[in-house]
Amino acid sequence: MKQAQTHLARLESESIEIMREVISETDNPVMLYSVGKDSAVMLHLAKKAFYPSLPPFPLLHVDTTWKFKDMYKLRDKVAKVTKMELIVHQNPKAKEKGINPFDHGVLHTDIWKTEGLKQALDKYRFDAAFGGARRDEEKSRAKERVFSFRTAQHLWEPRVQRPELWSLYNARKAKGESMRIFPLSNWTELDIWQYIYVENIEIVPLYFAAPRPTVIRNGMLIMVDDDRFPLEMGEKPVIRSIRFRTLGCYPLTGAIESKASTLIEIIQEMLLTTTSERQGRIIDKDQGVSMEAKKQQGYF
Amino acid sequence: MDKVYEIDTLIAKDINAYLESHQNKLLLRFITCGSVDDGKSTLIGRLLYDSKMIFEDQLAQLKVDSKKMGTQGNKIDFALLVDGLAAEREQGITIDVSYRFFSTKKRKFIVVDTPGHEQYTRNMVTGASTADLAVILIDARKGMLTQTCRHSYLCHLLGIQNFVLVVNKMDLVDYNQEVFDSIVYNYYEFAKRIGIQNLTSIPISGLKGDNITIRSDSTPWYNGLTLIDHLESIKLGQTGDKTQNFCMPVQWVNRPNSDFRGFSGKITAGSIKIGEEVVILPSKKTSHVERIVTFDGDLNMASNGQSVTITLKDEIDCSRGQIISSSNSPPKVADQFNTTLIWMDEKKLIPGRAYYMKIGVQTVMATIAEPKYEINVNTLEHMAADSLKLNSIGVAILTTDVSIPFTPYAENKTLGGFILIDKFTNSTVGAGLINFALRRTQNIHWQNVNITRDDHAILKKQKPAVIWLTGISGSGKSTIANAVEKKLNRMNRHTFLLDGDNIRHGLNKDLGFTEVDRIENIRRVGEVAKLMTDAGLIVITAFISPFESERQIVRKMMSPGEFIEVFINTPLHIAEKRDVKGLYSKARLGQLKNFTGIDSPYEPPEKPEINIDTTSMSIDEAAEKIIKKLFSF
Repeated sequence: MKQAQTHLARLESESIEIMREVISETDNPVMLYSVGKDSAVMLHLAKKAFYPSLPPFPLLHVDTTWKFKDMYKLRDKVAKVTKMELIVHQNPKAKEKGINPFDHGVLHTDIWKTEGLKQALDKYRFDAAFGGARRDEEKSRAKERVFSFRTAQHLWEPRVQRPELWSLYNARKAKGESMRIFPLSNWTELDIWQYIYVENIEIVPLYFAAPRPTVIRNGMLIMVDDDRFPLEMGEKPVIRSIRFRTLGCYPLTGAIESKASTLIEIIQEMLLTTTSERQGRIIDKDQGVSMEAKKQQGYF
Repeated sequence: MDKVYEIDTLIAKDINAYLESHQNKLLLRFITCGSVDDGKSTLIGRLLYDSKMIFEDQLAQLKVDSKKMGTQGNKIDFALLVDGLAAEREQGITIDVSYRFFSTKKRKFIVVDTPGHEQYTRNMVTGASTADLAVILIDARKGMLTQTCRHSYLCHLLGIQNFVLVVNKMDLVDYNQEVFDSIVYNYYEFAKRIGIQNLTSIPISGLKGDNITIRSDSTPWYNGLTLIDHLESIKLGQTGDKTQNFCMPVQWVNRPNSDFRGFSGKITAGSIKIGEEVVILPSKKTSHVERIVTFDGDLNMASNGQSVTITLKDEIDCSRGQIISSSNSPPKVADQFNTTLIWMDEKKLIPGRAYYMKIGVQTVMATIAEPKYEINVNTLEHMAADSLKLNSIGVAILTTDVSIPFTPYAENKTLGGFILIDKFTNSTVGAGLINFALRRTQNIHWQNVNITRDDHAILKKQKPAVIWLTGISGSGKSTIANAVEKKLNRMNRHTFLLDGDNIRHGLNKDLGFTEVDRIENIRRVGEVAKLMTDAGLIVITAFISPFESERQIVRKMMSPGEFIEVFINTPLHIAEKRDVKGLYSKARLGQLKNFTGIDSPYEPPEKPEINIDTTSMSIDEAAEKIIKKLFSF
C-alpha cells in the first residue's frame, strides 16, 4: 500500500491541475496579482504548473494608487524576475474624480477595485481570471466554486452555480461571459503560510513586524505610508512595532502590534491569535453578509 | 479537549516541532448528510468551535446573530456559523454545497456540507463526489427517515467507502441505549441491503457536545470512539479505485521551445518510473518514459495524485485528452456504455440529443437513449421513465461520437465519472457513472471492402459532398435545392436530393414532430447522406433541421470539407406571408403543434458555409452561389 500524500502535496497538485485545465479550456486567461501572500503562492504554483514553460498568461494588477509602497516595489520586482507580462490597470474615472479612501468611504473600493477590475477584464477581453480567494476566508466564499461563472455583466449568481463534481470543471461559456478561477479554494490560511515557509516564497516585508509610523482611526491601527494621509491638527504618527496579516489599500488596512519578524514567528503568532484574517479589512464589515453582496456585484 | 486539539503550549514552546508535525498531516474530506432538523449545522459549528477554528471577532458576531435569530434563547446557535448565504440564513436552510476546514493534532479535515432536502439531490451528489467518508446524521427522536436512505444511497452510489452513523440529540431521549440500539439495528439492515461495508455508529449530542471530542459520562454503555477519534483513525489513501496500473490523462502539451515536448497531467492511478514502457490511448502507440519533469527537479518515479510533466523517448503523436498508461493492461476503449445518470438541470434530459460529455480531461459528444429505468432514491425501486428530470437518477445507454478510454466508475473514478454539458446554455446539466461498456459496438467490427469510397468518387470524376440546406418552413429550401440539383445534373454531376417531406413518407414515416423525433429524423438523414457520399454522390438535403447540435452531429459524421451548411435565411414574417403549404395559418390556429418558428424554436447556424438571404437574391442566384462555393472546396 502506497503512502497517502501529505495535505500540502495534495493541495499543490490539485491547484496545478486546475491551472492546467484553465489554460487548455479558455481562450485568454489572466492571473490577478494583488501582491499579497495568496497571490505570491498562486504565482509560485503557476510556475510549477507550466515548468519548464513560463506561465502562459499575463499578470494583472488592478491598482487603486493607494497600496503600500512596499507592495509596488515587490510587484515590479516580481514582474522583472519572472519575465511575465505585468498589466497595471487604474480606473481612469476614479483617477479623474480623485476617488480616495478618506472622502469616499465604501465608494473607494467599489470604483477603484470592483469597477476597475471589470474595466480591465473587458478592455483586454480576458475570459478567465485567476484569483487567490480561499473558501476558509469568509462564509459566502465557502460556497464558491473553483470555476466560478460570471455573466457578461460580471455578476455572480449564487443560486445558479454550476455543480462541480470530482475534478471535472466546466469552463464553457458564451461570448462575453467569463470565469473567475480560484485555484487556492481548498487552502487555509495556515496552509498558505506553511507553503511560503517550505517553498521559501518572497512576500512583502509588511507581513513582518518592524517599527512603522502609525495612527489610530476607528479603532484600527493604520500605517501612515505617505504624506497623502490627512493627519489631524497637531497629530503626529507614533512609531509602533507592527505588521499586517492582510494587505490592501494602506488607509483601509488595519495593522496589529507585533514583534514577529520571522516567518516562524508569524506562523506562531497566527496560531495563537484570536481574531480572524479579514478583520483587518474595513470593507467586509458594512453588514452581515456584505461580502456576498459585493461578490454579486462583481467584486472578486 | 487538550488531548485532541492543537495544544497552544506546544505552539508557543516549540513551533518548529509543531510545524513539522502539521506538515506531515494527512487530509480527510468528509460529507455530512442529514437535514437541518437533524442538527447537522450545529454539529459542524461545534467541530469548528471545539477545534478553535472560530476567532474572537467571529464569535462576537455569532453571539449577536444568535440573539437576533433567537432560535437557541441566549445560547450560541452554532448553525449560524455554517449557513453562509443570506437566503439560507433567512430561510434557515442550507441550499448549496459549502466547504469548512479544521484540523486536529493528527489530521486536517475538509467538511463538505450539503443540503438534505430532496430538491437538492444534485448538491449532495456534488459534495459526495470528492468525499472520503460520509457522516450520516439521524435524530434520535425520529429514527431512520426516508431521507436517511436517500443520502446513504447517494453516498454509496458515488463510491464513498466509509460510513459513520451518528445518532444525534441523544440528550433529548435521556441518553437511552435502547433508542440508540434500535436505530443502529434498523440502519445496519438497510446498509447491508445497499452494499455499505465499513460502518461505525456513535451516539452524540451536537448541542451538548457528547462523544464529539470527549467521551460522554451520559453514555456509559457506549464503548466506542468519539466522533473525532474515529475520524482521526480511519485509514486513508484507500479509495475505491482498484486499478493499480499507471494512468495519466494529458492535460496540456508543454512546449517551451523546439527541443522540449512534455506531456503535463495529474497521475490518476498507479505509478511510473523512468524507462518504463507506456502506451498512448486511444492511438495505442507505445514509447518509453524519458524524463519525469517537475519545477523542483526531475524525478525517478511518480505516483497517483502527483502533477508532473512526462517526456517520451520517441516523437509520437499525443495531445490533450489522450491518456498515457502503462502498457500492461491499459484502460479499454469503447463508444457505447451502460451508465447511471444524475440529472441536474431544470430542463429534462432529451434522449437522442447531443450533449458535451467531459470525462477525464477529454470532451466528446454524447447522446443518451431513453432511460432503461429511473431509480426511486427513497425506496430504491426501479420505475419506468422516458426521460430524467431535475434530481432524477436513472440508468441509460450512452453513445459517444468517438471511442474513448474508460474504466468502470467502481474501479476508477477519474475515467469512469463524467459530466454532461448543454451545448447552448453551457450549463452542467447532468453527471454520470460508467457501469460497463456495451459489447455490441466492441464486437461489431468494420468489414473491409475492396472498393473504397475514393474508388467510387474517382469513377464519377467528382468530389462527394453534402449540401445541407437549413431554414424555417417556407424559407425556400426545397425550391433552391431543386435548382441546385438541376444545374449540377446539367454539368454531368452525380447527385441526389433528400427532401424533408419525401423522407417522412418513407424512411421516417414512424417519426412525429416532437423534439426527440426531430432529432432522430435528422440523425437518420445524416446517416443516409453519409452512405451516399461513400457511394461518391453529391447529396443535397432540404430539412428544417432546427437544432444546431444535430446539424453539428451530421457535420462531424462527414469528412472535413464535405459538409456544406447553407442557411436559407428568410425572416419568419416573410415565410409566413408566403405560406405555400398553408401550414403557418394552421399552426397559428393551434391545429399544428410543435411548428418551427411558432411554438418550437429554430436555432440559426452559428457559422454556415453559405448564407442565402432570400429577400435580396433570386432562386437562380442562390443556386449559383452554392455551386460556386461547392467547387471552391
